[in-house]
Amino acid sequence: MSFEIKSTGEVYDVIIVGSGAGGGMASKILSEAGLAVAVLEAGRDFDPAKEEDRTQLRPPWESPRRGAGTRIRPFGDFDQAIGGWDIEGEPYTRGEGTSFDWFRSRMVGGRTNHWGRISLRFGPNDFKRKSIDGMGDDWPIGYEDLKSYYDKVDKLIGVFGSKEGIYNEPDGFFLPPLKPRLHELYAMKGAKKANVPIIPSRLSMLTRPINNERGVCFFCNQCNRACQAYADFSSGTVLIKPAMAKGKVDLYTHAMVRAVTTDDSGNATGVSYINTVDMKEYKLRSRVVVLGASACESARIMMNSKSKSHPNGVGNSSGMVGRYLHDSTGADRMGILPDLVDRDRYNEDGVGGMHVYTPWWLDNKNLDFARGYHIEYWGGMAMPSYGTGFAMDTMRKYLKDEFGNPSPNGGYGEGLKKDIKRLYGTTLGMSGRGESIPQYSNYCEIDNNVVDKYGIPVLKFHYKWTDQEIKQAKHMQDTFEEILTDAGAILLGNKPGPDTMYGLAAPGRIIHEVGTTRMGNNPNTSVLNSNCQAHDCKNLFVVDAGPFVSQADKNPTWTIMALAWRTSDYIVSELKKKNI
Amino acid sequence: MNRRENLKLLFTGSLATGLLLTQCNPADKVEDYSPRISGGTPGGRTAEEIQRDQQLLSETFFTEEERKKLDVLVDIILPAGDDSESATEAGVPDFIEFMMKDQPSFQTPMRGGLMWLDNYSDDTYGKKFLNLSEKERMEVIDLIAWPDKAPKALGGAVRFFNTLRNLTCTGYFTSEIGFKYIGYKGNTPNVWDGVPDEVMKKHGFEYPAEYMARYLKPEERGIVAVWDDEGNLIG
Repeated sequence: MSFEIKSTGEVYDVIIVGSGAGGGMASKILSEAGLAVAVLEAGRDFDPAKEEDRTQLRPPWESPRRGAGTRIRPFGDFDQAIGGWDIEGEPYTRGEGTSFDWFRSRMVGGRTNHWGRISLRFGPNDFKRKSIDGMGDDWPIGYEDLKSYYDKVDKLIGVFGSKEGIYNEPDGFFLPPLKPRLHELYAMKGAKKANVPIIPSRLSMLTRPINNERGVCFFCNQCNRACQAYADFSSGTVLIKPAMAKGKVDLYTHAMVRAVTTDDSGNATGVSYINTVDMKEYKLRSRVVVLGASACESARIMMNSKSKSHPNGVGNSSGMVGRYLHDSTGADRMGILPDLVDRDRYNEDGVGGMHVYTPWWLDNKNLDFARGYHIEYWGGMAMPSYGTGFAMDTMRKYLKDEFGNPSPNGGYGEGLKKDIKRLYGTTLGMSGRGESIPQYSNYCEIDNNVVDKYGIPVLKFHYKWTDQEIKQAKHMQDTFEEILTDAGAILLGNKPGPDTMYGLAAPGRIIHEVGTTRMGNNPNTSVLNSNCQAHDCKNLFVVDAGPFVSQADKNPTWTIMALAWRTSDYIVSELKKKNI
Repeated sequence: MNRRENLKLLFTGSLATGLLLTQCNPADKVEDYSPRISGGTPGGRTAEEIQRDQQLLSETFFTEEERKKLDVLVDIILPAGDDSESATEAGVPDFIEFMMKDQPSFQTPMRGGLMWLDNYSDDTYGKKFLNLSEKERMEVIDLIAWPDKAPKALGGAVRFFNTLRNLTCTGYFTSEIGFKYIGYKGNTPNVWDGVPDEVMKKHGFEYPAEYMARYLKPEERGIVAVWDDEGNLIG
């Protein structure tokens, strides 16, 4: 395959920009319909089943930094999300007094290679928040429009969980859930006392096979390193590569898309991209363009696609591209469980994520903030990695000798070594992940003063949390303290207070950014129609989280894929009808 | 499918599938993934990562004198014991040497802390740290090793020793020797079937009865899932 030949001749039916959850799903559905598809990925090829790409089942001493994070892998040296919040040569800027950190992955499969695989459906209420609390906007579609697609995603990709019959946490087609680990049993004890529900988690690892093409989970606890048995969901291994094997799908790696090209009538004709290896620009042509580059990157491409017919950028005649950017809220707390000091050793890995979680359980009508959050639990006997053994200058005092005397903080010698061994596996942590209120004033735009190393104008972010999110974080901290205390844990550190917005993570840190190309029925206040088709360019679609009107307290990936499948079905049908 | 077949699928089927699905891409061939000297992290590295690891591994931060001091200090922090090796035996100094270059913010406090040991030793005993007697050395260490009792005026030296303790301990427990000592059992193919019974009893837990029928049964882990229209697993 040669870039030069492709760029001068062949016309594809569909060009898909991005190989993550949305682009991957679109490539599968569109190629299965017999369409000729090109997938453009800005990063490199990646396949965890190839020995040269494998970091799974590697101990820390195979890394000279023992797994510590780096600029390009902030979640650790073995983590498979190449990129991070700060990529060399790909800057972004922020408006004064605002904050946003933008996480990108530059590899086939994008961020799905390392994500937590928390695979939650949005519930009926999550599409109609304005009708419930008067804030933000309703989606132009509802749960009933996506239900059949969620069902299909469950069966195609695989998710374990338990049917619970909770109205706003719809059940699906679940694989068997897993028995909780010991620290999770303590969390359950604490939650029960605090009257907070805690149920089996819903994660996309195969606890049983769903076909003969992917292996089952062998419980190494390293899903963030991508699975060589394809037993967890990554877009590259589960969607893109199978689509390439079965249909007409050409994958272009190192292809940084700069703009969507359009003709005089305003229709998309293809894309213009920079090959990041030879630093030359190429053009590809297609009948339909599908953007799945991630909410902010797709918005950037649209705003950078200026022409006579689209002076504000393609899809942006409303000026709404980039607006209503929002991320999940996040706050955390941890403690140590004295009951787990000197605990028995056994293989406690399980899957690479929690076995239990807490869905949102309260009614916001009775609270001083509008939207909910779920709680994730972590801790236990994880593989020692960079950071294990830190903080003995503050934590050693929690250990008591046989006479009940606490160990002194700090120190050295065989006693220190023994104390670290005794403390191993005693942590119990909690993370809240909540829904924020989308704001017109939280947005990204093109910064006309800065270009990246490919000469493409970069994004400038403007984002501030409101009281809603801050009060929600306060509630999280109160809940964490109650559950941890009821579980018998000693809380570590001070309780985050108003000076730190109750530990509320900066926007972008939870990596659930959505809303920049939101859907709606009114072309003046939205970018896309309810089929994720641009109001002002009928052969341009968006399949990442940009179309989300509101990001529920659920992780966005399952909804990205259900929407991308629905959008792909619509594209096939519109092509058949010759409407596009 | 039985368990043996399933394991076969796990270790050969999927790997073979992986190879079949792999499409050669000309752009990838431009990058050279082969390590030039050993020691860089393996697995899906970018050309920039490989180059950076090689660069850092080819440089030396600590002087010979500093390295001697470091070797002594890490073995004071984690000495050999009845049932375990020392920090130097676990390769801790090489790890600390690498971290100085990987995260350069460590450099000045570490270099300054090692110098402080000599300055203080010279002021107090008229000798450099390495020339002190065993007893004198431990007098200096005891001044800075116990953060809750240390003199406030020595805050900088205490912080240096805290950092050195952190790096020594994490270097030790992320080594093969450290794994053995801490008794780590994980990261090997297995089937999770819950906490062992005797541990459950010890901690007074039982799995919730209403979920027992639904949790994964290891013997069914090879059977391809089938659902009815309501999402109930029927096969």
